[in-house]
Amino acid sequence: MSKSFLEVDGLSKVYPDGQGGELTVFEDIRFALEKGEFVCIIGHSGCGKSTILNVLAGLDEASAGNVVMNGKEVKGPGLERGVVFQNYSLLPWKTALNNIVFAVQARWPKWSKEKVKVHSERYLKMVGLDHALNRKPSQLSGGMRQRVSIARAFATQPELLLLDEPFGALDALTRGVIQDELVKIWEETRQTVFMITHDVDEAILLSDRIFLMSNGPNARIAESVKVDIHHPRARATIFQNPAYHKTRDYLVDFLVNRSGSALPEKDGSPKVVELAKGVTQSTPASAESETESETAARAVNA
Amino acid sequence: MASLNVRAALLSVSFLILALGLWEMATQPPEADAAMTEYERLMGGADQESRVPPPSEVIKLAWAELSNPFYDAGANDKGIGIQLAYSVYRVLTGYLAAMAIALPVGFLIGMSPLMYKALNPYIQVLRPISPLAWMPLALFIIQDSDASAIFVIFICSIWPMLLNTAFGVANVRQDWVNVARTHELSPIKTALTVILPAAAPTILTGMRISIGIAWLVIVAAEMLVGGTGIGYYVWNEWNNLDLASVIFSILMIGVVGMLLDLALGKAQKLVEYKE
Ligand SMILES: Nc1ncnc2c1ncn2[C@@H]1O[C@H](COP(=O)(O)OP(=O)(O)OP(=O)(O)O)[C@@H](O)[C@H]1O
Ligand SMILES: [Mg+2]
Repeated sequence: MSKSFLEVDGLSKVYPDGQGGELTVFEDIRFALEKGEFVCIIGHSGCGKSTILNVLAGLDEASAGNVVMNGKEVKGPGLERGVVFQNYSLLPWKTALNNIVFAVQARWPKWSKEKVKVHSERYLKMVGLDHALNRKPSQLSGGMRQRVSIARAFATQPELLLLDEPFGALDALTRGVIQDELVKIWEETRQTVFMITHDVDEAILLSDRIFLMSNGPNARIAESVKVDIHHPRARATIFQNPAYHKTRDYLVDFLVNRSGSALPEKDGSPKVVELAKGVTQSTPASAESETESETAARAVNA
Repeated sequence: MASLNVRAALLSVSFLILALGLWEMATQPPEADAAMTEYERLMGGADQESRVPPPSEVIKLAWAELSNPFYDAGANDKGIGIQLAYSVYRVLTGYLAAMAIALPVGFLIGMSPLMYKALNPYIQVLRPISPLAWMPLALFIIQDSDASAIFVIFICSIWPMLLNTAFGVANVRQDWVNVARTHELSPIKTALTVILPAAAPTILTGMRISIGIAWLVIVAAEMLVGGTGIGYYVWNEWNNLDLASVIFSILMIGVVGMLLDLALGKAQKLVEYKE
């Protein structure tokens, strides 16, 4: 069997529960990512998504299991893995441009100043911020800050991009605009991306596959849903695709009705769901009415 | 309607005039009455010496002193500029030495909980000691009054800088440290390009407190060790019963202290950032 680009094997995280016992947040997390894939992970709050992402980033340590990227075990953070944090994490004393220059210099220490600057400006332009190069983060709106943060991550061209709810703090309008930008950049660069989101529509718009996580404690990645919508996608037209609604209904049903009890395959890998060909394993409860699933989707988005 | 600044300035000036006026009236020399003997009149009035000089006299003296601040006519007669320069030199020397120790050690304590726990007891014991209490020991060990005064400045300005540096460094947002980690910055680079700028406002606050304390302490220290400096000058003029000079030098101490604070305030503005 050929090795995947990223292999996550048997991750678990245990915290003391504060009463002398132990709390297993998630256990036996197994999945693999291929090069160039865009994968979103969805699950209820507190199931451990951020923890998994931080383990992949090398910022946190798992209690058990390991992560192998390109055949090498991930131990600690590294430039080959870029992270976009939910709260942007820009350095507030640096301008937008210099925040990116900082990252690009770290990535390619031998580059000339001029080359670093040109490269950094190019990525700021990609997110439509060429007019705000010299502004400090405090002089930018939340949406603009997140754009800088995304530009910083893409500018270093990491082999794996990790995004933790990058649009969680943005209003719906701004979120839509930046989602479009992210789609555009991704079509251009085809980076491998692993992203956390609470937004079902966002996940469908962006992902090749969507991981569904069951509720904690002892959360698992139960299913992996293939999104069968061809690229390039656009927010304005994706609604017209029948696969879109099918996928959406499936995700909402999982989150509302099945996330408490869902389990992965016996070997611990997520059940593969291909809606276009019919579901290989479990089927969603199709009796659910449209209005109910709409309300649920909104609740999940909130 | 004049702007707030203009109105404030007008009010300030009126307060000054009012205060100076009251002071002037309260310190008029008594009428040279007939009861005064020829001898007394010759001596300029019997109670002349115990009288607080009126502002006009202080201003006259200030004018004379400030028009030639750097004259040097022997050990006990130097211009106010020279005396202030001695004091500023001592303060800056002691202060810079304190900085050279406090910043690196503060960094160390801030980064390492182990070092913090190990060094904290000593800091807590040494910090509340009045800087002047060190003076006899300093004089005995160093055997030099000038260096002892500098040492006292060193010891009093080190604590606020040390503690603020440690606090600032320890409380740098984890997110920013994570940014450094995900970009594989070396520890030195992380310290210089992320932690230092992040903690700089807190560090500068400590440095500003320190310079204020140092300037307070130098006057007392120089009164003790004597020789030169503004503290010695005040004490010397008091011994000469030249109260106009005493008042004038008090004002100059205030002015220089304010300038030192202003300089640090400017530096603080430079490193400030908004989140
Ligand atoms: N230091 C800690 N000690 C104990 N429990 C912790 C600690 N840090 C996190 N947890 C627990 O780990 C679980 C997973 O946290 P995590 O932040 O990964 O969740 P999440 O899925 O990202 O949630 P959200 O969607 O709200 O961001 C939570 O239930 C939390 O209570
Ligand atoms: Mg999270």
